[in-house]
Amino acid sequence: MSNRTIIPFGPQHPVLPEPIHLDLVVEDERVIEAIPSFGFIHRGLERLVEKKDFQEFTFVAERVCGICSFIHGMGYCQAVERVMGITLPPRADYLRTFWAELSRIHSHLLWMGLVADAFGFENLFMNSWRIRENILDIVEETTGGRVIFGAAKIGGTRRDVTNDKLKEIGRTLKTIEAELHAITDVFEQDYSVQQRLRGIGILSREDAFDLGAVGPTLRGSGEPMDARCEGYAAYRDIEVEPIVESDCDSYARCMVRIREIYQSFDIIRQVLCRMPDGETEIKVKGYPNGEHFARLEQPRGEVLYYVKGNGTKHLDRFRVRTPTFANIPPLLKMLQGCDLPDVPVIVLTIDPCISCAER
Amino acid sequence: MKMTYVALKSLFSSPATANYPAEPKTYYPGTRGHIVLEVSTCTLCKICEIRCPTGAIQVDREGKAWSIERMKCIQCGFCVDSCPRKCLSNDPQYTSPASEKITDRLDVPYEPPKRKPKPETPPA
Ligand code: SF4
Ligand code: SF4
Repeated sequence: MSNRTIIPFGPQHPVLPEPIHLDLVVEDERVIEAIPSFGFIHRGLERLVEKKDFQEFTFVAERVCGICSFIHGMGYCQAVERVMGITLPPRADYLRTFWAELSRIHSHLLWMGLVADAFGFENLFMNSWRIRENILDIVEETTGGRVIFGAAKIGGTRRDVTNDKLKEIGRTLKTIEAELHAITDVFEQDYSVQQRLRGIGILSREDAFDLGAVGPTLRGSGEPMDARCEGYAAYRDIEVEPIVESDCDSYARCMVRIREIYQSFDIIRQVLCRMPDGETEIKVKGYPNGEHFARLEQPRGEVLYYVKGNGTKHLDRFRVRTPTFANIPPLLKMLQGCDLPDVPVIVLTIDPCISCAER
Repeated sequence: MKMTYVALKSLFSSPATANYPAEPKTYYPGTRGHIVLEVSTCTLCKICEIRCPTGAIQVDREGKAWSIERMKCIQCGFCVDSCPRKCLSNDPQYTSPASEKITDRLDVPYEPPKRKPKPETPPA
C-alpha cells in the first residue's frame, strides 16, 4: 500500500521569482503528479486595449513582462504594422534586432544566475548577474531604460544610435563575451552543476512536441524550431540556425541557453556590420483595420501576438500567448517521477515567467 | 576547478559594485530619469495631458499651471515625443524616494494671444 501525500509548492517559494502554485502528489520522495493553479497575479492587460489608443498601448504591451520587455513591445508593433501595411525603414529593423538580441543575452544571463541560485551555487549566481549588469549598461545607454527599453514604436524605433557608438558597443561586447567564457565553462564542466542537472527532468522529443513546448525547452529535446527562422525584422538577412541539444534533460536546456547567448553575440556582430544608414521611423497615418498574427522568438520561446483593429484608434482585440504559458504542460510532464528536491531546479529550467503567462 | 579560478579572481579584484551613497551614481545622458518642463515655452495646449498613458500630467488653463504626479509617471517619454513646442525633456536623474505621493505644480507664464476685435463695419 503506497503512501501518497500532497505537498503544496508555491506560490511563495524561495526559488520562485514569481507566483505559481503546484500541488505535488508524492509517494515517499518521488513526485507522481503535479497539479498547477494560476491566477495569483492576473492583471487584465488584454482588456486595456479598449481604454488606451493603439499607439499608447505599445507601452502597455512592453510591460507584459519585465525581462523580455522589448520583444513584447516589438511583437505588438510588428502585428499592428502588418495590419496597417507599414514597411519599416531597414535601419529600424536592424536596431530592433540589435535590442532584441541584447535582451535575449540579458534574459539568459538572468536565468543562469537564477538556476545557479536554485541549486545553491551562490558564487556562480553573483558572477552571472555581474556580467548581466554590463549588458544592462549598454541597454541603458542606447535606449534610456534598464529593463523597460521603451524603444519600439509603431512605425520604427524611438531612438537612434550613432554609428560611432555602435562600433564602441561592438568592442565592449567582445570583452564581455571573453569574460563570459569563464562562467559558462563552469556550467559546462563543473561536477556539482552536472550532478544537479544531468538526467533530471527528462522530456522526450515526442512529448515536447505533442505538449506544445516552445523555445529552449523544445530545442533541448532535440526539435529544431526557432521563430527567428521566419525572417521577421533583420532576421530576413541574417541566418539563424536553431540551437539543438538532444539529451532531453535539464542540462540540455541549460546548454541550449548558453549556446544561444554566444549565438546572440554573433547575430549582434552581424547586425553591427551590416547596419544600414537612413531613417529610423516613418510617419504613421490612419488607424489599423484588419487582423494579424505575429510570431516572434523570445528568450523563453515563441510568443504569439494577435491584434484586430476596426478602423478606430482603439483596437477590437489584443491577445498574447506567452512562451511560459505554452511551457506549463511540458513542465508537468517533466515533474512526473522526479525526486522532490529536484522540483525547484526543474521548474526553473523552463525559465518560468508567470506574470507574462497571466498577463 | 573552473570555479576556483573565477572565485579567486573575484577575491583579488576590486568590487564590482559601487560604494553607493558615498560615490554618487552617474547616469547616461539618454537615461529616462524624470520629466522636466521648460515653463517659458509651454503654451498649455494640453497635448501632453491627452497623450500621457498613465494620466500623470494635468494642465490647468485657467489657473495657468502644469502639474505632474511623479509617482504615476512611468518615464515612458511619450509626452516628450508629442509636445509640439518641444518644452518637455527627460532628465537622467531619477526622482528621489519619497514617502508620500507628491504632485509637482509649475506655474506657466504663457499669455494666450489676444483675439483681434472685429473691425467695425464702416458706415456706408
Ligand atoms: S508641455 Fe508641451 S504639450 Fe504640454 S501643454 Fe505645454 S506645450 Fe502643450
Ligand atoms: S513620461 Fe510618460 S507617464 Fe510620464 S508624464 Fe510623460 S507621458 Fe506621462
